[in-house]
Amino acid sequence: MHIKQETRERHTLAVIVDNEPGILARIAGLFTARGYNIESLTVTDITEDEAVSRITIVTSASAHVMEQIIAQLERLVPVHKVTDLTALGPHVERELALVKVAGTGDHRIEALRLAEVYRARVVDATIASFVFEVTGGSDKIDKFVELMREVGLVEVARTGIVAISRGREPA
Amino acid sequence: MTEKSGADILIEALTDLGVEVVFGYPGGAVLPIYDALFKQERIRHILVRHEQAATHAAEGYARSTGKPGVVLVTSGPGATNAVTGITDALLDSIPMVVITGQVPTALIGTDAFQEADTVGITRHCTKHNYLVKDPAKLADTVREAFYIATSGRPGPVVIDIPKDVQVATAAYTQAGPIQHKTYRPQTEPDPALIEQVVDMLAAAERPVLYTGGGIINSGPEASQLLRELVALTGAPVTSTLMGLGALPASAPQWLGMLGMHGTYEANWAMNKADLIIAVGSRFDDRVTGRLDAFAPHARKVHIDIDRSSVNKNVRVDLPIIADAGSALRAMVSLWKTRGHPKPDLSEWWRRIEGWRAADCLGFEDRGEVIMPQRAIRALYEATKHRQPIITTEVGQHQMWAAQHFGFEAPNKWLTSGGLGTMGYGLPAAIGAQLGNPDALVIDIAGEASIQMNIQELATAAQYRLPVKIFILNNEYMGMVRQWQELTYQSRYSQSYSESLPDFVMLAEAYGWKGIRVDRLSDLAVSVDQMLAHDGPVLVDCRVAKLANCFPMIPSGAAHTDMILQANEVSGEMDDEAKALV
Repeated sequence: MHIKQETRERHTLAVIVDNEPGILARIAGLFTARGYNIESLTVTDITEDEAVSRITIVTSASAHVMEQIIAQLERLVPVHKVTDLTALGPHVERELALVKVAGTGDHRIEALRLAEVYRARVVDATIASFVFEVTGGSDKIDKFVELMREVGLVEVARTGIVAISRGREPA
Repeated sequence: MTEKSGADILIEALTDLGVEVVFGYPGGAVLPIYDALFKQERIRHILVRHEQAATHAAEGYARSTGKPGVVLVTSGPGATNAVTGITDALLDSIPMVVITGQVPTALIGTDAFQEADTVGITRHCTKHNYLVKDPAKLADTVREAFYIATSGRPGPVVIDIPKDVQVATAAYTQAGPIQHKTYRPQTEPDPALIEQVVDMLAAAERPVLYTGGGIINSGPEASQLLRELVALTGAPVTSTLMGLGALPASAPQWLGMLGMHGTYEANWAMNKADLIIAVGSRFDDRVTGRLDAFAPHARKVHIDIDRSSVNKNVRVDLPIIADAGSALRAMVSLWKTRGHPKPDLSEWWRRIEGWRAADCLGFEDRGEVIMPQRAIRALYEATKHRQPIITTEVGQHQMWAAQHFGFEAPNKWLTSGGLGTMGYGLPAAIGAQLGNPDALVIDIAGEASIQMNIQELATAAQYRLPVKIFILNNEYMGMVRQWQELTYQSRYSQSYSESLPDFVMLAEAYGWKGIRVDRLSDLAVSVDQMLAHDGPVLVDCRVAKLANCFPMIPSGAAHTDMILQANEVSGEMDDEAKALV
């Protein structure tokens, strides 16, 4: 006998929560306990009094499981609202990465040139290294990191995806 | 305003909330609370012998009275021992508040003596939980915890209180109206959806009402409304294990329980129905069997208070998010307002009577050997006029009790359904007896399960609770043995109950009356002796050793693949079937 896998679709969720201790563990734990998958998760408070946080979760699941994920999240006591941005339609997804590259000579020049193409900013420089700040969709950052590998990539720090709906109204 | 200690604030808040009984066990991290309990007389503390039993006793109290069960245990092992009962309450939607002591705030995270990360451990087996770090917030936290435990879909809530917070002082604030920031359970149904379900019910040719524990949780009125709806529509009713008693077992529309050990007529009716209305039930795997063969001809309506229950296992055509009682009330009222005539279901009932004729719960007595089914029926016949509260452990005896004991009213049947916790029955009976001092409370047990919380014999003795335990002793973990017989060619791996105690002497050692019975001709007399004694009694009823619980739908099989008798059983299942629970 072999274990069967379902086909999955990628969704980005915005989860508005009360900023109480343990809320992140509660949400992360719900995903592991019910066998859901987290591709990316970002969280920070979004109100002046730090009372409410916005969590952006990228997950992949079948349509049926997706519906369950949303219902299970909404069931948690400190959760205000869950929005499936992917199902909602047009929305903006961005990620920020800090990319450290070391090298000299042609590699250094090539790194700078590529950074310009990708609109990455230099936020730290030494004689033998750069740190680039690059924002964009995950694909763009993946590509940039891939290119930097050729010219002396040292390490990468990425924020994970934040997302918001397009247009005038809140999601 | 004079300030009070956190411990006094806790007691004051519990008293204001109407708490009468707390099940608990003291320890270092709750000494201030126990001292506060000592100095008051309004809350009665019941000392159990193990914290797991405190949680099951609270569940038994809650299920039989409709009030929340309250538990008080110490930090570390006190809290971890309570985890099984907390999880049990989560799966069966039992309102429960568990107060755990914690090491002083300054010691949290230092691996202090009897420290455990209680909020971490219980985060996913509670409906919600709290760590209270400020005595000024304690009273409101307790009130919020009760509100969350008892409203919406009920469940367990843990409040972890560090020892220094129990000692530190603050002003006691009176309760204001509870308005939670985020938690807003939906209890009233959308009237447009009620219109739709009533249309569907009026038009259905082969309807089935599939009811569950949600009706019991909604309160006794929901069961009355179900009876009214059934009288108006004539629709047949089946129920989950948790929903027994909502419709009287003597009602002509009652089909019996459905699912793995459900009746032939209930499962066939589900399979052939053109409309299934699920009320407060959740399409559990024990109920549905093989999903792609579940109720293939039926449109499905799901009335549930928890949106996450809808479309979880089975896709439904019409979800209605509401309290079971509110939805039933709306349906009954709309049916009457519209003046619907009672639908003609005679053709449907004719088919159901055909399935009933199979007499799927029938069994044959074997001379002087007591068949377990016979023992349950004898118990039922001798006690039904007293409307007893029945608790069970988990296993064959539990299923036989569900099949052969007739429940006429809600809140009389207390069993561990979702989690399937052996050791539930005795402490639950203790809790039920405390909440219903004049009721006859019987734990129908197995000889294996009863040993999981056997220490609670002492609790019943201490509080002079006239609880009865009726053990169906077949010297096996019967359900394990049955599965081994059906799926592993009778390789009885570790399922024999070796080195059993002498249950009669054990009962007597705890101050109980003990009775042994092993002949059919003595059965009725023994039951009468048990009932005649006004204190706690344990009956060791020796039953047929290798009896199997039928009907049975094997794991992963369709409702129509029911096994009715032992001779239909094959010896070994394939890997796909073995992998299912």
